[in-house]
Amino acid sequence: MEMPIPDPAVLSNRERVLSRLARILPSEALITDEAERRAYECDALTAYRCLPLAVALPSSTDEVSDILRICHEEGVPVVPRGSGTSLAGGALPTEDSVILGVARLRDVLEVSYPDRYIRVQTGMTNLAVTGEVESDGFFYAPDPSSQLACAIAGNIAMNSGGAHCLKYGVTTNNLLGVTMVLMDGTVVELGGAHLDAAGYDLLGVICGSEGQLGVVTEATLRILPKPEGARPVLMGFDSNEVAGECVSDIIKAGVLPVAIEFMDRPCIRACEDFAKAGYPDCEALLIVEVEGSDAEIEEQLGLIKQIVRRHNPVELRESQSDDESKKIWLGRKSAFGAMGQINDYMCLDGTIPVSSLPFVLRRIGEMSKEFGLDVANVFHAGDGNMHPLILFDANKPGDLERCEAFGAEILKLCVDVGGCLTGEHGVGIEKRDLMTVQYAPADLEAQMRLKDVFDPKWLLNPAKVFPLQVSASRRAA
Amino acid sequence: MRPATEEELCEIVRNASGPLVVRGGGTRSIGRLVIGDMLETTGLTGITLYEPGALTLVAQAGTPLVDVVDALGKEGQRLPFEPMDMRALLGSQGTPTVGGMVAVNASGPRRVQAGACRDSLIGVRFVDGAGAIIKNGGRVMKNVTGYDLVKLMAGSWGTLGVLSECAFKLLPVPEAEITLVSDSKSPAEAVAIMAQALGTPYEVNGAARGDDGCVALRIEGFAQQVAYRREALKSVLGGDWAVLEGEKSQTHWRSIRDVVAFSERAGDVWRISVKPSDAPEIVARANCPVVLDWGGGLVWALSPAGSDLRKRLGAFQGHATLVRGSESTRASLPVFHPEPAIVAGLAQGLRARFDPRGILNPGLMG
Repeated sequence: MEMPIPDPAVLSNRERVLSRLARILPSEALITDEAERRAYECDALTAYRCLPLAVALPSSTDEVSDILRICHEEGVPVVPRGSGTSLAGGALPTEDSVILGVARLRDVLEVSYPDRYIRVQTGMTNLAVTGEVESDGFFYAPDPSSQLACAIAGNIAMNSGGAHCLKYGVTTNNLLGVTMVLMDGTVVELGGAHLDAAGYDLLGVICGSEGQLGVVTEATLRILPKPEGARPVLMGFDSNEVAGECVSDIIKAGVLPVAIEFMDRPCIRACEDFAKAGYPDCEALLIVEVEGSDAEIEEQLGLIKQIVRRHNPVELRESQSDDESKKIWLGRKSAFGAMGQINDYMCLDGTIPVSSLPFVLRRIGEMSKEFGLDVANVFHAGDGNMHPLILFDANKPGDLERCEAFGAEILKLCVDVGGCLTGEHGVGIEKRDLMTVQYAPADLEAQMRLKDVFDPKWLLNPAKVFPLQVSASRRAA
Repeated sequence: MRPATEEELCEIVRNASGPLVVRGGGTRSIGRLVIGDMLETTGLTGITLYEPGALTLVAQAGTPLVDVVDALGKEGQRLPFEPMDMRALLGSQGTPTVGGMVAVNASGPRRVQAGACRDSLIGVRFVDGAGAIIKNGGRVMKNVTGYDLVKLMAGSWGTLGVLSECAFKLLPVPEAEITLVSDSKSPAEAVAIMAQALGTPYEVNGAARGDDGCVALRIEGFAQQVAYRREALKSVLGGDWAVLEGEKSQTHWRSIRDVVAFSERAGDVWRISVKPSDAPEIVARANCPVVLDWGGGLVWALSPAGSDLRKRLGAFQGHATLVRGSESTRASLPVFHPEPAIVAGLAQGLRARFDPRGILNPGLMG
C-alpha cells in the first residue's frame, strides 16, 4: 500500500512539536516512547502498520483544540482515532503524524427521555451508550459488530451501520448534533437536540467523512424505546437464487423485519463446525428477525412463513424460546470468529442492489476458482450489504496479494451491478485506490472541495479516502 | 429555460452569463427573491428505476411528485418522510417535483419516526455552478463510499447545484392506520403527552397538536398490531381518546402536514425547529397561534405580518425560518436563521466552491 513520503521538515521538527504538546497536556496524555507508540501503529486492518510521531490522548474539547492548533501551526498531519477497530485502515498513522485518540473522552453529558436523546463524549463505546439507557427501556440503534469496542467517534467518522439498519438506519440517521474541532483548533457546534439544520446539512457532511473534516468530541444521539420483544426465524434453501427471491418477496409483502441475514454454504459449514448452532446442511440460509409484542410477532412471522413455504425451504425453524433465539443468532454472530479459526481472511463490504444477489454470488464463486482462494458469504440481505470473506494464508508468499486482487475484482463487480465499494466499513486506505472505479474525476473533485473548506491545509487524516495521485496537488499545497 | 436532458442542463449552466432562478415546479418559492433567468427542471422527467423488492426508486428531478406517489401506490409502497405540499399555505400554483422536494428537504409528520427527506435520499446527480455533472451516493441503501454530498444537496435550495436525478429508499404502506385524538389544555400538557407516547415501544409516527388544541397520535401497522397498540397506548396515557380510522386519519395528517390551519389566515408563517421540551416556552414567547408537530420539535407560528418573530423568541436552541411573508418582510428579515459566524463561514466556503460564479439562486438563503 503506497503512502505519502513523510514530510522531512515535520520529522526533523519532532522535538519542538512534542515539547509544545507536552506544555498543554498532562504527561500521561502524551505518548512518545517507542514501545508505547507501537500500540497505535495500526487499527483492525493489521496488514498495514506505521509508527506515528506521537500519540495524544486529550480529556477535553479544549485540549483537542489546543493539540490541533499546535499541529496546524507546525504543519503536522493528525490522524484521529476512536478505538482503532477500523477494518479499512481509517486510523492508520503516517510516520510524520500525531495520533489524536479520544479514548479518554468517555463521559455521559446528558440524557433526556422526553426528548429522546443522549449527549456523550465520543470516546464512549457504542454498546456503552445503549448500556446507559437500557434500564430505562431505551437503546441506541446502530449496532456494528464491533460495538463492544468501537467508539462513537469512529462510528460518526465511518457512518457505521449494523445488522438492524434495515429498520433503524445507520449512524447518520441517528445523529442529532456534534461538537467538533476543526484542524485549526476552532470549535464548532452543529445540530443539537432539534431536528434538521438551519442552513446546509453540515452534520450530514461530517458523518462518514472518515475523520478528514474535523475531530468530533461530543455527540447528541437519538435513542429509541426498546421494542417489547424480538424473535428470529431461520430458513434454509437449496439455492442462492431462491433465497434471494424469498428476501424480495418478504419485503414486497409489506413486512419490515429488523434484520435479514444471509449465509451461503461455505459460511454455514464453517459456522456449524465452530459454533454448533444446529444449522441445516443447505446452499443458503436466511435469518429473519421481527419485533413487537408476542401477538405482533406472531402476526408478522405468520405472514413470513406463508411466503417462505411458497419457496420450498429445506428448513423453516421459528424460535420458541430465548435460548433458541440465541442459538439461531449464535452461528451468524460467530461467523468471523469461525473463519478466523480456519484461515486468515479479508472481509469486504461492498453493497449491491438486492436483485443482483444471485448473479453476484455466482460470479464470486467463479472468481474464487480463477483466483484459487475460497470465499464465504455472510451478509445483510435486506439492504444488500455483502460481506464476502476471502480466505488466504498470510504465511504463504503471494497469497495476500492474490487475495487483495481478488477483493478488488469483487468490489468492481459490486459497482458494475449498480452498487458501491463499501456499505459500512469506509474507504480508509483499503479501498482508496478503487475510488476511481465508482467515481468519475468530477465526482471526486466535488468531494475534495469539502476537505478544502474544512481543512484547507489537508492535514487531517490526509492519505485516506482519495487516491494519492488525485489528492497530490492539494496535499502538497 | 427548460432543459430536456442532463446534457442540456449542463450547457445552460455552463453558458449562463448571469444569475439563474433555479426551480422545480415553483410551488415552494420561499427565501429571498432572486432576480435572473428562470431555469426550470420540469423538462427532466421520468422514473428511471423502480425495484419494489429492493425498496428503491430513482427518478429524474423534474418528475412530478404525484407520478412517483402513484407508481409507489400501485406496489403498496411510499416515500417514508411524508413530504409537505406547500401550495395551500403559500397560495402557489404548479406541480411539486421530486427535485424541489429534495432541494428543500421537505419532511412531514412522520419525520419524527421515519426520518427526513435527507434520510431516505440515497443518491443524487446534479450540475454544479461551473456546469460539471456530479454524482454521489447511488441506488443502494447502505453506502459510505466517499463523502456524503447527498445530505449536502438535500436542503440546499438549488444554491450548490441543480439536481437532475434523485434516488430514494422506500417503505411499504402499512395495512392499517389509526389516530388517537384528545383535547389538550395547553401546549405544555400536549408536549408532555406526546413525549410520553413517543417514548413507548408502540412506534407512534405522528404526534401533533393543532391550533385548536387537539392532540393527535398516529399508529400504523398490520390490522391486529394497530388494534393492540391502540389499546396499549391508551392505557399508558390514560384520559379520553377518540379514534380516527382510515380516510379520517389520513385527512387529519394531511392538514397537519400542510399547515392547512394557517392557509386562509392573514399573517406571516414561521417554521421553528426546537428541542421538543423547549416548545412550550417558545410558544409562550412567540405569543401567536401555533401548530405543533414532531412531538413539539416543529412549531408552525402564525405571526403578525412584518413583525420580527426571532426578536420575540430571543436566544434558543434551534432555528426559525420565515416560510410565508410579504416581499418587504422577506427583504427586511433574514428568511433563514442567521448562523454562527464559523458555520456561516463554512457554508460560504462551500458555495464559493460549488458555485464559483455565484449564479445559482444567489442570495436565496441569505
